[in-house]
Amino acid sequence: MSCAGGFIVLPEHFFQRQKKQAHQRRAIDRWFQRIGLLLTLMTLGILGILLLNLVGNGLMRIDWQFLTSFPSRRAGEAGVLSAWVGTLLLMMVTAGVAIPFGVAAGIYLEEYAPKNKWTDFVEINIANLAGVPSILYGLMALGLFVYQFRFGQSILSGGLALACLVLPIVIVATRESLRTIPANIREAAFALGATRWQAVWHHLLPYSTGGIATGVILAMSRAIGESAPLITIGALTFIAFLPPTPVLSHPPFLSFEWLFSPFTALPIQMFNWVSRPGEDFQPNAAAAGLILMLITLSMNGAAILLRKRAQRNIKW
Amino acid sequence: MNPQSASSEVTGGVNQSSTKVRIEKLSFFYGTHQVLKSVSMDIPALQVTALIGPSGCGKTTLLRCLNRMHDLYPGNRYEGSVHVQPDGMDILGPGMDPIQVRMRFGMVFQKPNPFPKSIYENVAYGLRLQGMNKRRDLDERVEKALREAAIWDEVKSRLHQMAHNLSGGQQQRLCIARAIATDPDVVLFDEPTSALDPIATSKIEELIVELKKRVTVLIVTHNLQQAGRISDMTAFMYLGELVEFGSTNQLFTNPSKPQTEDYISGRFG
Amino acid sequence: MSTTRPFSRRLNHAVEGLMVWVLRFGGWASVLVSLGIVVTLVTESWPFFAQVPFHRLISDTMWTPLFADPQYGMSALLAGTLVTTGVALLVAIPLGTVLAIYLSEFAPASLREVVKPMLELLSAVPTVVYGYFALLTLTPLLQKIYPDLPQFSMLSAGLIMGIMIVPYVTSLGEDSMRSVPMLLREGAFALGDGKLGVALRVVFPGAFSGLAAAYVLAISRAVGETMIVAIAAGLQPRMTINPLESAATVTAFIVQVSLGDLPHGSIGYQSIFAAGAVLFLMTLGFNLAGHVLRRRFHRAS
Repeated sequence: MSCAGGFIVLPEHFFQRQKKQAHQRRAIDRWFQRIGLLLTLMTLGILGILLLNLVGNGLMRIDWQFLTSFPSRRAGEAGVLSAWVGTLLLMMVTAGVAIPFGVAAGIYLEEYAPKNKWTDFVEINIANLAGVPSILYGLMALGLFVYQFRFGQSILSGGLALACLVLPIVIVATRESLRTIPANIREAAFALGATRWQAVWHHLLPYSTGGIATGVILAMSRAIGESAPLITIGALTFIAFLPPTPVLSHPPFLSFEWLFSPFTALPIQMFNWVSRPGEDFQPNAAAAGLILMLITLSMNGAAILLRKRAQRNIKW
Repeated sequence: MNPQSASSEVTGGVNQSSTKVRIEKLSFFYGTHQVLKSVSMDIPALQVTALIGPSGCGKTTLLRCLNRMHDLYPGNRYEGSVHVQPDGMDILGPGMDPIQVRMRFGMVFQKPNPFPKSIYENVAYGLRLQGMNKRRDLDERVEKALREAAIWDEVKSRLHQMAHNLSGGQQQRLCIARAIATDPDVVLFDEPTSALDPIATSKIEELIVELKKRVTVLIVTHNLQQAGRISDMTAFMYLGELVEFGSTNQLFTNPSKPQTEDYISGRFG
Repeated sequence: MSTTRPFSRRLNHAVEGLMVWVLRFGGWASVLVSLGIVVTLVTESWPFFAQVPFHRLISDTMWTPLFADPQYGMSALLAGTLVTTGVALLVAIPLGTVLAIYLSEFAPASLREVVKPMLELLSAVPTVVYGYFALLTLTPLLQKIYPDLPQFSMLSAGLIMGIMIVPYVTSLGEDSMRSVPMLLREGAFALGDGKLGVALRVVFPGAFSGLAAAYVLAISRAVGETMIVAIAAGLQPRMTINPLESAATVTAFIVQVSLGDLPHGSIGYQSIFAAGAVLFLMTLGFNLAGHVLRRRFHRAS
């Protein structure tokens, strides 16, 4: 580029050069546009391939017999009855613990906690908990729940391990959805003479249920798919029976004996079948995987829809 | 200095009537909403032209038409033509690449927006885009631009520190240096002092007056005093139309349109 | 006033006081969980570290704490974690970054709204399913290209782990790139830069601490991932950095020992807590770094 002597005097070819540079940049942009789209589709395609693979290998295997049979040494007779019942019961424990504690912690940190070092510490602690590998929750459950508290290798131990694991998800979701409520809503409630808890109970919680529910669903979907912490507490055993029923036909009608029952769960059962040598059990693994995928994907889909609707319904 | 002699020659030779940018029947639409209504004006070379008018009158929109910034967002449409002298390039012409247009027009924004890079790299950015890669050339041009933007003495000892550490006024002068480093034909200022304190503002104003020795300046301002202080020509816009365009002196003392008079005397806006 | 409705007011007061404590206890629960993890790991691994001389952890080249002639070379486990993590990051960081740039700077808003939640589904897939996919689909595929690949390989596990991590990088990265102010982009566009130029030269540096946080958290994910490596990378600790071989990671070792009979206080029991303590320290470092970077990013923008 010529700048000798002045500014206005630019040779004609200078504009040509700018034109060329513009074209080059435009071409690079077009290329990246294509590459980006292609890679996005390929990445999403992997999810599709994964699903198709499970459908192809496992769909045939899913029938009434599969859902109502216990594990067996013969692949064709094995089923997931104890696994899905185990998963269901685990989720009851997990939800029963993680939701109240998580929501309470979220409310406390967002609405009550003073801004001080301790609160900072709790925040860093939650950020770290969210990133702690799931297997470490299993080790904690093994040392603490199984041996220290003597809950044994039970549904209670497993459910508590999973509850600790998803606690940060519930806390973060609660806080984020409380945070979207503008401060003047709180002020309006306080101006009418509400106590802090009344403001929370009458206003903030109802307005944030959409966000909290989204977080809870995502948390449960995560818990359903987890296997590492359950393996660590020793859940990978041959379970050919169901835990005691929680509902009795005679007084006191409710029983909590099932909490202390040994268990298996869907991801554990799948892991068991995947890691067997030979190909006999592969269709079983695929079938269990397909069931797991359908559960987690539909829960995530529901969470996405719920989030969209919550965003659309309430406009501040 | 070399540039000054060259530019004074040009101003002396072609007088103030030489047109740098000729805007003809320029209309602009956001979707179906027409924001500019057939604006025509000749922006004189090597002068400061101010665009004034109440907010929403389309002055910033007009400014951003000139370097095709509206192309960054979908649903925008131009009509009319804008020719740049001396070569007569139509920046709205078919097949004209906005990137090419932007390389000829510098722009300074409402708020200082230095890149998250060093002071040096901020100024060198445009130069690199125009193919300048040699360290020696870059050093020379960066220094020149910083001197012209009257910030060299403040930053010469810390060229490789992050630009964010500068004060608001310094950042804005850095952005001016960035805009003039590539020797653009025209520099567009979009309310460049609206985020600055009075002292920083007056520095920028001095700088703009100094700049017209070598570039054509178009400035949007909501500050009438500022337009009066620094511009040679003033255009008053209202509701997307160009109401009046003339020398600043004449427009401020003896406007020909009643709306202009109302606005200038503070009856609305 | 206070005499007209004393009861309801006193009730309100009591409820308020009670709820503060209930909620505060909820807040403490998260701290108790952390405390539980740390205390359990420390107390249960203590006998192991007390019994094994420190120099053997460093100098031994094999990790066989359960053998009659035990070897305590922690590096044999760490090698497996290092390689699988490395392979995963080689997939996740470039791919995740390109997708983040594409979604944030290039894709139309309508496409972005569809793609983002779908990408997040990718990280919601149960890891045991990914393990299945790596072992029974990807490994046979890779064996067609490279016939000597063993049935269990760190390459296969690492690649799938990378895919699993992509959404973490993309989602966090895209968020931080989009929070770079438009004004900054306009400054670069006004100089005549193209979209990719603006993305790489202005948006990327502007969002860097946010992106760095995404990368660091991705590393933490990869280091702690268990089921994929336990299923597809093999369960035998092996001192190798060749991704074409099979080797156990720190996490896979814990799974492998847990699969067997595990009496409380046995050397096996102690050794998995030792491995867990090492794992905890590694991820703690990455998590804290990620947290600091994210905070710095939010403060800057």
